[in-house]
Parts: sequence; structure tokens; C-alpha cells
Amino acid sequence: MLLPFFEWIETTAIGTALAQSIWSFAVIESVHLVGLSLLGGSLLIVDLRLLGLGLTGQPIAELARHAHRWLVGAVILMLATGTLLFLSEPIKLYYNTSFWVKITTLPIALLFTFTVRRRLTRGATEATTATRVVGALSMALWFVVAAAGRWIGFS
Amino acid sequence: MHDFLVWLGETPWSIALLESYWVWPLVESTHVLTLGVFVGTAIFNDFRLLGWSLKSVPVSQVTSRILPWTRASFAVMAVTGLLIFYSDPVRYYHNMFFRIKVVLLVIAGLNAFFFHRRIHRSVAEWDHMDPLPGAARRAGAISLAAWAFIVISGRLVAYNWFDCSIQPQPAWVNWISDCVLALP
Repeated sequence: MLLPFFEWIETTAIGTALAQSIWSFAVIESVHLVGLSLLGGSLLIVDLRLLGLGLTGQPIAELARHAHRWLVGAVILMLATGTLLFLSEPIKLYYNTSFWVKITTLPIALLFTFTVRRRLTRGATEATTATRVVGALSMALWFVVAAAGRWIGFS
Repeated sequence: MHDFLVWLGETPWSIALLESYWVWPLVESTHVLTLGVFVGTAIFNDFRLLGWSLKSVPVSQVTSRILPWTRASFAVMAVTGLLIFYSDPVRYYHNMFFRIKVVLLVIAGLNAFFFHRRIHRSVAEWDHMDPLPGAARRAGAISLAAWAFIVISGRLVAYNWFDCSIQPQPAWVNWISDCVLALP
């Protein structure tokens, strides 16, 4: 159903330019990995604290406030570079199972992070059962997104 | 060195690892995903030193509560990284981006060593200072830049653009990669 759309993307000016360039994919992919590091750090600083680990001397809400703008920046960087990577090989990705796993878990992870997790971290001080569940879920969701993303290249 | 790595690459385990259907991708995926933990936590240590984040948290708390995660995940990075190298030693040894990565790793390592040996010793005196002493901020900036370029050069190792087997290359590329070229 979506195949014509993916085929059309490959014919657009940006799609063909990215597909033909030798350097662009490698460079964008490298920046995507720098973004992964920043995203991992800004999530973990808070997720560890939600589990009762890491910076336990600080209230959860305070750490979440410190990490938030870096988290938003990392997500924007990842979405921008990720979109460019997608535009450079849409048809290959259409037939890639890992891509579909990633593209369906990513919105879930984003929604969870900026609704449930955000609301909880804004008001929380100490780790409770609820924060531990949210911290573990956040780690698990983003792990699946990242693992499926890496596996695109192997499948 | 070259001859030793040729021998190493011909050991049965090296060949098995390179040709394995599941193990090599799993090792490589572990290396990439652990990046989010290792560089991710290192970045926030650097951000703290630079005053870019966690400003209300004393430096000593970041180094005592976050750096253990950085160290543990570095162990995973080192083991998986060495396994990847072991799977194809000659190719990586003569890969320009791998060589750049190793030089940057040495710089990052020395920077961390001097930070802990010299600068961090007196952390009690500047734990809450704003901005932090120049030496601490400098160590944070060097670390941040080094790891960013280590990630980038590490990713580019996968490309054979400058490999010795692809000639002609500029003389400086062959010099950096230490290519053994057949005489014309």
C-alpha cells in the first residue's frame, strides 16, 4: 500500500541526490551516532535516577529539568538525520523488517517519553515503584528502537 | 606488526568470528548500543565540567555516581571493540579511519588520566564553583571533542574508500595507512 509512496521518495530531487552521493550517507550516519550518544546520555541520567541509581543526591524533577533541553535537542538531531538516511534508500527500507520494527516502536517511545515519563519526572522527588516502572519501560522502549535501528544494516 | 596481524587473522577463531552469521552482528550491535551508555554518560560528565548541564549537582557527585557507569560500559566497548578488531586485524590495521580513531583514543585516554591524577584531586575546593577552574573546563572540552570524533571515525572505519587495496590513493593516504604497495 505504501510502496508507491516509497518509490516516489526515491525519485525526488533530495532522494536521488542522497542516493548518488558517496559521502552523504556515511557522514549523516556518523552524526546520527553522535546523536545516539547524546540521546542515550540524556535519557539515562534521568532513567537511572528513576530506578534509584545514579545521582541519588538530587530530586528526580531537578535532574529531569537539567536533562530536558539536551533530550529535546538529541531527539531533533536524531529525527533530522534519521529522515535523511530514510530518504537516501526508501525502497531498500520498505523491504526491511527491522526498519518497520523501528518505525513502529519509535512513535511509542517518543509518546511515552514526552507524556507519561515527562509528567511523572516533573513532580517526582524520590524513586518509587511507579518511577522504577517508568524508568525500566523507557530504557526498554529506547533499547528496542536502537537495536532495531542497528539491525537494519544487517537484515 | 603487519606480519603478526596476518598470522592473527588466520587463526581459526578470527576466521570463525568474521564469517559467523549471528555472532559478528551481535558483537557489533553491542558495541554500537553500548555507545549510548558509555559516550552518553561521559558527555554528561563533560557537560558538568563545562557548566552546560547538571549545574546544581556538585562535580564530585557526578564523578562518583555517574562515572562508574561510564567505566563499566567502557569495559564492554573495549571487549567488543577488540573482538571486532580480532575478526579482521589486517584490514583494520591499514584502515585510515581506524588509525585516526586509535590516535584520538590515546588523546581521550591521556586527558582522562591527567584529569583524575591532577585536576580532580582537588575537587573538594571547586566542587560548587561557577564557572569551574579553567583546567577542569578544558579537560571537559577535550573529552567532548575527542569522543565525538571517535564516534565519527569509528563509524567511517566501515568504509573502504582509502583502503590499500583501492589504488591509486594520494601519497599521504598510503603513508597514514602504511600501505605495502607493489612496485610498478
